[in-house]
Amino acid sequence: MLAYVARRILVMIPTLFAISVISFVIIQLPPGDFLTTMVNEQTSRGEGVDLARVQYLRELYGLDRPFAEQYLMWIGGVLQGDFGYSFEYRLPVSEVIGDSVMLTIVVTLATTLFIWAVAFPIGIYSATHQYSWGDYGLTFLGFLGLATPNFLLALVLIYFANVHFGTSIGGLMDDRFIDQPMSLAKALSILEHLWIPVIVIGTSGTAAMIRRLRANLLDELQKQYYVTAIAKGLSRRRALIKYPLRAALNPFIADIGSLLPELLSGATIVAVVLSLPTTGPILVHALESQDMYLAGSFVLLLAVMTVIGVLVSDLLLAVLDPRIRLGGRAGR
Amino acid sequence: MMPPRRRDHLEHYVNRAPWDPYHTEPLTAKQEAYYLASQWRIMWWKLRRHKLAMVSGAVLAFFYLSVLCVEVIAPYHQDTRHDAQIYTPPQQLRFFHNGEFIGPFVYGTRTEFDLQQRELVTTLDIDNPQQVRFFCSGDSYRFWGVIPMDVHLFCPAEGGTLFLLGTDQLGRDVLSRMIYAGRVSLTIGLVGVTISFSLGLLMGGLAGYYGGWVDNVINRIIEIFQSFPQLPLWMALSAALPPTWSPLLIYFGITIILGLVDWTGLARAVRSKLLSLREEDFATAAQLMGASPGRVIRRHLLPSFASHLIASATLSIPAMILGETALSYLGLGLSAPVVSLGVLLNDAQDINVVAIYPWLMAPVIPVIVIVLAFQFFGDGLRDAADPYK
Repeated sequence: MLAYVARRILVMIPTLFAISVISFVIIQLPPGDFLTTMVNEQTSRGEGVDLARVQYLRELYGLDRPFAEQYLMWIGGVLQGDFGYSFEYRLPVSEVIGDSVMLTIVVTLATTLFIWAVAFPIGIYSATHQYSWGDYGLTFLGFLGLATPNFLLALVLIYFANVHFGTSIGGLMDDRFIDQPMSLAKALSILEHLWIPVIVIGTSGTAAMIRRLRANLLDELQKQYYVTAIAKGLSRRRALIKYPLRAALNPFIADIGSLLPELLSGATIVAVVLSLPTTGPILVHALESQDMYLAGSFVLLLAVMTVIGVLVSDLLLAVLDPRIRLGGRAGR
Repeated sequence: MMPPRRRDHLEHYVNRAPWDPYHTEPLTAKQEAYYLASQWRIMWWKLRRHKLAMVSGAVLAFFYLSVLCVEVIAPYHQDTRHDAQIYTPPQQLRFFHNGEFIGPFVYGTRTEFDLQQRELVTTLDIDNPQQVRFFCSGDSYRFWGVIPMDVHLFCPAEGGTLFLLGTDQLGRDVLSRMIYAGRVSLTIGLVGVTISFSLGLLMGGLAGYYGGWVDNVINRIIEIFQSFPQLPLWMALSAALPPTWSPLLIYFGITIILGLVDWTGLARAVRSKLLSLREEDFATAAQLMGASPGRVIRRHLLPSFASHLIASATLSIPAMILGETALSYLGLGLSAPVVSLGVLLNDAQDINVVAIYPWLMAPVIPVIVIVLAFQFFGDGLRDAADPYK
């Protein structure tokens, strides 16, 4: 087991390195940098430019140095927890993104739990009642959930909430808690607002998970060990829970890997629509204004979160399934 | 001494009728047609049984045919402004005027700014029905960008207006803009999928056929690409497109970005199919007879999973359309003067605007319909892709 964990973590290192390089390349792609944009804007507005400050920033962050050198400076800082400086907010990046990354993690985790909680009973029902009306109905609902783009769903939801209830469902907490330190009341307020983005982001993932669980369970239910167990007089419920269900549970853990990028993507745009204080809106804004360290840190963090999520899912899977731990492959 | 011959021995019997090897199980004409049918024909039969997929296919065909002649279908040009008709609500299409059937018509509207209420007030002029004209001349345009024409499928009455889905803040007809936007949004999916399809085929083919270190390297690349959440990556890349580019260049830039990020799924599918297929006897036989790798892949392996590829390509088109919509909605993708469904939805970003002028949300409907249709059609294709199962 230990060897497996070690190998898995070692494999992660080159991936993380490549991800950091790509993130940096992407944010360097636009011609010019934030400072040139800022200087242009200010001169066009006829404002004076503090050239000394611009020069100071340029030297501090090495914006005139070659690419590799800039990358090394940046990644060196990141490894020490210094993500650079946000030109737009005039704050260290870590201060700008701190809360929003936390909230993104909260939203993503809550969505994952939501997907599990909903997909689990429905998937079992669909598989054990194959071709029943319930199965057809749920499958169709799942299809709709899979096909409806989540940010459009958010838009439509906001519209109806506004028209029919006259309330705004945007935001992730009551206004009075914004910029307040974390407290019990704030946490409760977040929980209260959390369910809308969770449902919106979670629909497509839930639908996919239901289909997966149903297919897996149907496969297992046809196998001989299950038939034998029934033939020997085990009650159906007991036989189901004891054997096939365990084997069919793999996708719940294994899918974290493919689920996470999807959830983070969904969370990004849904956050813009619902104006959540997560990474989405800040990332969009940072990309628009070429606030490179801020944007780069976001892209990097989102990717790293995915990689870590995949690692966790792999490790959990190894704990759960001896076939994987002992060198085989998951029965995906 | 020979034993005595048994008297009750049966006479040797020979049936002189010609032998029919199939006489035990004669095939009906239908069965025979089935066994002789080509793979593609059987897939077509199987697809035809999938009602939802057929309906979706028809919907898609309708949309894509309309892409070919948007200028004719739209009653107005996408940029025609009606300064007096800002934020006109949708004009309802009616058939009965004073209880009398007079064909499709609308009532004219007048929009005024109410100084007391401080809002735009629209009044209906129910005395003068404006009959819709068909195959009439209206805004002039260049058909396919070349032929100057002014024929429209339907247009407003002389001097009247026809805003079936209302107008936007510049007094432009939302329906016409949606029809024009459909052209951009629908083709972006096709072009994007072509790019990701070729990339996926190439990379997956290399990895699957050669295996070994090539496979390893390509797998690592795929893994790295897949650990980026798709949308933020799209956003970052499209933010990098220089703002000085012409709309057409931006359009191609966006499609290339969509394709570049999306090829990994297809490459994986190609790889795993190739890995299992190249162990089959017919592949080995072809190799032993001296066929080159390219020929083995193209002539022997590709046909056996081409149907799967088409199905998965179909299933990845809606993701592209949605990707473009999302990017444009955020203001990072296409932008005016180009109209795509996402660009139109960008107007609906402010919830207060949407609450007052709900018809600006209309472009959501074609997006959802198209995405649903692609999903169902792709699903049907996927089921039909393996006709012998």
